[in-house]
Amino acid sequence: MQLIKSDTNIDFVGKRKIAIIVSLLLIAVGIVSLISKGGPDYGIDFAGGTLVQVRFTEPTGAAEIKEALKGMNLGSLVVQQFGDDKNEFMIRMENTSAKLKGLAQSVQEQLAATYGSDKVDVRRTEMVGPQVGKDLRLKGLKAILYAMLGILAYISWRFEFRFAVGAIIALIHDVVITLGAFSLFGKEIDLPIIAAFLAIIGYSLNDTIIVYDRIRENLGRHNKEGFSFIVNRSINDTLSRTLLTSGTTMLVILALFVLGGGVIHNFAFAMLIGVLVGTYSSVFVASPILIFWEQRQARKS
Amino acid sequence: MSKSIKIRGLVVLICLILALFSLAPTVMQDSLPGWWQNAVDPIHRGLDLQGGMHLVLGVDVDKAVESRVDSLSDQVDALLREKDIVFKRIERRQGGRLVVIVYDADASAQVDALMAENFPSLEGETLPARGGYIEKHYQLSQKEAENIADYAVRQALETMRNRVDEFGVSEPTLQRQSDNRILIQLPGIKDPERAIALIGKTARLDFKMVAENVDIAEAQKGNLPAGTQLLYERDTNKRTGAVTETPIVVYTKTSLTGDLLEDANVRIDTRYNEPYVSIDFNRVGAKRFDQLTAANIGKRMAIVLDDTVYSAPVIRERISGGSAQISGSFTSQEATDLAIVLRAGSLPAPVKILENRTVGPSLGHDSISKGIKSIIVGSLLVVAAMIIYYNLSGLVAVFALILNVVFIGAMLSLFGATLTLPGIAGIVLTVGMAVDANVLIFERVREELRLGKAPKVALDLGYGKAFMTIMDANLTTLLAALVLFQFGTGPVKGFAVTLSIGIVASLFTAIFVSRVIFDFFLNRRQVRRLSI
Repeated sequence: MQLIKSDTNIDFVGKRKIAIIVSLLLIAVGIVSLISKGGPDYGIDFAGGTLVQVRFTEPTGAAEIKEALKGMNLGSLVVQQFGDDKNEFMIRMENTSAKLKGLAQSVQEQLAATYGSDKVDVRRTEMVGPQVGKDLRLKGLKAILYAMLGILAYISWRFEFRFAVGAIIALIHDVVITLGAFSLFGKEIDLPIIAAFLAIIGYSLNDTIIVYDRIRENLGRHNKEGFSFIVNRSINDTLSRTLLTSGTTMLVILALFVLGGGVIHNFAFAMLIGVLVGTYSSVFVASPILIFWEQRQARKS
Repeated sequence: MSKSIKIRGLVVLICLILALFSLAPTVMQDSLPGWWQNAVDPIHRGLDLQGGMHLVLGVDVDKAVESRVDSLSDQVDALLREKDIVFKRIERRQGGRLVVIVYDADASAQVDALMAENFPSLEGETLPARGGYIEKHYQLSQKEAENIADYAVRQALETMRNRVDEFGVSEPTLQRQSDNRILIQLPGIKDPERAIALIGKTARLDFKMVAENVDIAEAQKGNLPAGTQLLYERDTNKRTGAVTETPIVVYTKTSLTGDLLEDANVRIDTRYNEPYVSIDFNRVGAKRFDQLTAANIGKRMAIVLDDTVYSAPVIRERISGGSAQISGSFTSQEATDLAIVLRAGSLPAPVKILENRTVGPSLGHDSISKGIKSIIVGSLLVVAAMIIYYNLSGLVAVFALILNVVFIGAMLSLFGATLTLPGIAGIVLTVGMAVDANVLIFERVREELRLGKAPKVALDLGYGKAFMTIMDANLTTLLAALVLFQFGTGPVKGFAVTLSIGIVASLFTAIFVSRVIFDFFLNRRQVRRLSI
């Protein structure tokens, strides 16, 4: 089977102005959403707080649970259904308690008193103090920053500096759009999402490098045709691979998204957006940047 | 068959056998012979998969410094009295300062001399105070305070380790982290609340004399005579379970501490059939206890644990055997836990819970089955896509993919790495991305075939040209994974581990193994058309 014929020559490079507008629009939507919500919606890993995941033997509702916990003075309280069943819920509180008898335990006791102790099964509790949350946030940012610096160095060494710049801009593009999508869909950012971001960085980079590699190869071959032609030829040469690999990766991410369960759900969501955007960016962002760079150099000299 | 194929085939075979050997304990568990199970451990599951508790405790080292200053102030007090130096009082102030207040310059000079002789490491400063008094301020040097803090964390870690050992948890992890933090991981723990109470209890045991002639009502309003403090005596009603707290005023000065304990055990009081904790002092403690009881016959002595009075019995006679008992309407589990913490020793400073993640075993079980389901479904989808797109060559890639997953599992178990839920996601992701290398190779081969090359030549060129691209692409991803490993914590680290292992394994299977299969089938055969 062959999806892309060997003589395919789509003018990707010619559409780069439209691509830039689309990218800027996506980024703008994300940033507007981020600003209107006052920054990313951090989960308890980064904001600090307490989380209790409870399974009841019988279906109940978020409102009933809130009612049961009303007298406890818990501060801001979010109750969400977990997964598809109406009997499993996540209770999230902003408050934390450093005492040995934690908040989670008090919540558990209160629920047991309301619903009956054999009807409540606490499956997971998490408490992250504000200081630890701050540390984790810093660590996560550092991880992303250092990963990008390492990549910049590696690509500068293997290719040229302008390639590295193109790759990094494409990466920032991907991460910002994914971040915006998270804000838009009201999803929380916690530790596994940082892992997803780094996986997106790795994946998008993978994609970009394969196109770059072809550009480098074609630069030697078609010297007369001009830089934009070569870039466009290279994107077309690798198009079949780009689509197939993105396709198989999307297949497994969809499997994770649908079957992986609540904890993995947001992770898969991030990857879903990230792989889509990453594939798009290696064709429409990373490569055209090389052309812009080339044109600026030409104008200067 | 050419020699090179034989050797390469053998390499693949050996790797496969080794991989299956190390994976067997994970898959088959107890049905294997004992030597096999001893040789390789099954894959280590993270807390999120097997259930358990992840705790980060912060040691309040300021308290350790303060309590050092307290004990210094006791020593200084005793010395000043011994040397007959007249002073108004000694107090501990904010920031670990010890202040001696004297009436005149003479006394000031005497205190200076005494302090310089006995506590040369203290940094002193003299300040005039209101009412003509002179305040002598002494402070621990920065370095000394740091040493105390460092020692407190080390001792807390040691004590917690003893307590966890006594509690009986298999494969616990206790680690010191930066910023006076201690990380504790207890896999498979059944009763997390009890474990927290046991590990985190300061368990500072003090014997203090009761100040009988203080008006309790006044004391509750905050009017306490100097040198006394208000505490509460805890009592649980056996029938109703209700806890009552009775106020009681004691002298602040500790007459005897639990540091001098040698042993603590649970006993049953036969009269009331009630558990109590019997404690035995060491030689020094026994002597002090003997002196203390002898000097205070007829008075009440409060047994104080972490600022709660457990009992305040009247001393009827001098006790010289060096043993005493703590009774306070315990349940038998409370008594057992109290004996454990007393035996393991008290924490040098109170601890705070900074992070607590507890996963019940049922959730972990669910996560594993869901994770495995998504690996299987995801893999099947990829297998179908590859075979549809590349026919027989796709089948070769699929074989490489299966080997890839087997190798990832084997490496996880050989390196003793921990598999977490994000780690499973990492494997699934690797499955999706691992075929990329084969896709790159196959696309190149197709290009060469289109140019009219013979199948073998096309394969050779395809592998050759794709190689550097694959290396560049994978090494950068590996770079991101390694950074993640360095900065990640807990479950996220698990993701970095499987991603890194997956990249290495996929390089081997997609480039090396798939080539061996092609060569094996194409060897000495004139193939005119490649199924690709």
